Amino acid sequence: MRPLTEDEMRTMFQKLSTYIGKNIQHLLQNKTEAHAFRLLKDRVYYVSESLLKSAPNLPADTILSLGTCMGKFTKSKKFKLHITSLDVLNRYALYKVWVKPSSEMSFLYGNNIPKSGLGRITDGVPQYGGVIVLSMSDVPLGFGVAAQSTEVCKELEPTGNVVLHQGDIGEYLRNEDDVF
Amino acid sequence: MGKIYFPENMVIYKFLLSSPQPSSYVTMAKETTNKRKASRAPSSKKKKVVKPPTPPSSPGASDDEVDSGSEVGDSDAASSSASGDEMKKFTDSNNKWLKMKGDTSGSDSDSDSEASISQIERDAMILDKEKEEEAKEFEQDLQRQRQDQTKIFHLPTQEELEEDEDRVVPPTEIRERVEEIIEVMQDFKRRREEGRSRSEYMDQLECDLSEYFGYLPELIGLFLKMFSPSEALEFLDASDKPRPLVIRTNTLKARRKDLAQALIKRGVNLDPLANWSKVGLKIYESTVPIGATPEYLSGHYMLQSAASMCPVMALEPQPGEKVLDMSSAPGGKTSYIAQLMKNQGIIVANDLKVERQKATVGNLHRLGVKNVITCCNDGKNFPKVMGNFDRVLLDAPCSGLGVISRDQSIKVQRTVKDIERTAHLQKELLLAGIDSLNAKSKTGGIMVYSTCSVSVQENEQVVQYILGKRDVKLLDTNLKHGKPGFQRYQERRFHPSMQLTRRFYPHTHNMDGFFVAKFQKLSNKERVPQGEEAEEEVSASDDDDDEGVQMDVEVSDSESDVEVSSEKKALRAKFMSGVVLPEDDESLDSDEEEAKEEAPPKKQRWEKIKKGKKKKQEKGKKEPKSKQVAGKPKGKEQGGGKKKEKK
Repeated sequence: MRPLTEDEMRTMFQKLSTYIGKNIQHLLQNKTEAHAFRLLKDRVYYVSESLLKSAPNLPADTILSLGTCMGKFTKSKKFKLHITSLDVLNRYALYKVWVKPSSEMSFLYGNNIPKSGLGRITDGVPQYGGVIVLSMSDVPLGFGVAAQSTEVCKELEPTGNVVLHQGDIGEYLRNEDDVF
Repeated sequence: MGKIYFPENMVIYKFLLSSPQPSSYVTMAKETTNKRKASRAPSSKKKKVVKPPTPPSSPGASDDEVDSGSEVGDSDAASSSASGDEMKKFTDSNNKWLKMKGDTSGSDSDSDSEASISQIERDAMILDKEKEEEAKEFEQDLQRQRQDQTKIFHLPTQEELEEDEDRVVPPTEIRERVEEIIEVMQDFKRRREEGRSRSEYMDQLECDLSEYFGYLPELIGLFLKMFSPSEALEFLDASDKPRPLVIRTNTLKARRKDLAQALIKRGVNLDPLANWSKVGLKIYESTVPIGATPEYLSGHYMLQSAASMCPVMALEPQPGEKVLDMSSAPGGKTSYIAQLMKNQGIIVANDLKVERQKATVGNLHRLGVKNVITCCNDGKNFPKVMGNFDRVLLDAPCSGLGVISRDQSIKVQRTVKDIERTAHLQKELLLAGIDSLNAKSKTGGIMVYSTCSVSVQENEQVVQYILGKRDVKLLDTNLKHGKPGFQRYQERRFHPSMQLTRRFYPHTHNMDGFFVAKFQKLSNKERVPQGEEAEEEVSASDDDDDEGVQMDVEVSDSESDVEVSSEKKALRAKFMSGVVLPEDDESLDSDEEEAKEEAPPKKQRWEKIKKGKKKKQEKGKKEPKSKQVAGKPKGKEQGGGKKKEKK
């Protein structure tokens, strides 16, 4: 377990900023308790200070996870967000999409969201901006990128994709082995 | 004639008085009066005289007309009613179609009234007869019961059983025999068969039960030792039925009320679990898979059996504490702890197996738990790995005798040997857990031990062992439901505070079989097994209840070690006994040390115990020393012997 290098930090923040923009600073200066990012076997964890203090007591090779897992670095050194980061992302998200109950399940099986399933969308989402997907009752379901900007979405035909799927909470069941 | 009619007349009269509204009978009566108000013959039965002079084709219309008629004096008129002559005339002309309301048989009005009387009498007779018959039956029942109760059930003999071997005995027959035997056992003195002993009955019962329910006979034997025969049968029956599916609301993300509403919308039939839980929901039936709803995936609830909520409730973790869950997979209890701690403080979720811990990591993330370090260590290493916890939860690996309804393979795979093995592991883990506690913690120093087994070997005996080994006491678990732990089991007698532990059964609580014990660590001292150790080991299997209590006091007085690890202890022992103990090098392990103390041969030990009982107060440091010396040569052998004795 070690802190992230400068390069890793940059790659990760680039990715995060598509979802939460400048709110990254809130992540780093958490008001309730100081938090930090730690790298453990390719995975990046968002860890509170008190956990950080205790963690070194345990043999490093036995620790599986601590705090919240944000995602992992792929072999090609790109950063991939994991669904486990959804809580953090949702808290600071810039752009949100609400999905109708009818296409909720379809999204949870890993499909994109068509215009027909779109309930609401934040104003001013740019094309390919990161969005958090919520159900109509404000329960976060996953995240993805906007296929079109908000304006274009309005004129889209019902079958056209609004959100391209990246992660959803169905993954907790579908690929437990890959994610954890 | 009048007399004969009288009773029926009375009925009508009463009826009219009591009924404020004109019923159909009233309308009939009214009508007759209208027709023949003048005539006053007492005998009358107007009832069937319903019909007005209107043609038979429109009876309904005539009724209406009558309704509008005079109401004054209706009841009087009805009671006096029409004369017999008129009636006869009237009825005669109409009797082809006239019928008394509700009268199915009568055609002739005269014979009709007579028939109705005799019918009443007949009815009365029938009733009487029925009553008589009932009484007879009841008596017969009583007699039969009495016979049943005193009847001697024939227990099949060895030869008869051998004959039976060739044929397939139907389960119903076995079941019958089981029930018979249980009945006999309840009144053995009177109902036994001449010349058959209780153990013969018990053997047959054990054999039948194991065949009927498909258990290994030794397990049935175990249950029969714990429960009375009838309770054992209930337990076995309940173990074959599935427990209700229970979910626990994750209060970090949702409230139970909202969750229940959301699930009901999805077609789930549910109810609050019980009055002792504010977060549990019982699922009766569901049209959707409970483990895959959007609510589940977004972490609003966790599938968790009712029983496994109990140890966490007993643990009562406080926000900001440092808590260890020694065997956490798959994370149900861990997330419940986090939920009670409101995501503050530190939880170390440990489990031996990496594969299992993956599920833990997934569940904890799904439920939004942020204060957990998940790791894979051997629980036995624990104080070395990390210590100083405020609270420790050990949900120990066990034989699973309480969750047979979930895993039927336990019936045939577990043996008594397995139970002994897990009990040994449990003792080791529990010692490790208690050693990792910080006794000086302001809020905690609490250890909770739970198993999903009902066997005494894995529960009370483990707790008893720990009470003798560490400076701990049992606390009330605050679980009001649940039965107190056993204080005696066969020849064993446990510490009186054992009643603070809690047992849960499938047949009484409709939960998995479970055991929960809560310890408070009093100091970091260890109860080093010295002279008292031998004594206590014996007292556990002795009939002397007070012995244990006295032991407690004594031990905490006489010993003042502050070491935690066994190595340090060994070093200290060396130091204390000075020259006398050159053998310490070989035995750094606490087990071996203990064995050493146990060393004196049995006879010698007994003598010492007797002596010890007499002069408990005088016990000084000399005695243990001399014992150690005496025991030195035979150390290991005796250790083995002791273990056997214990189990």
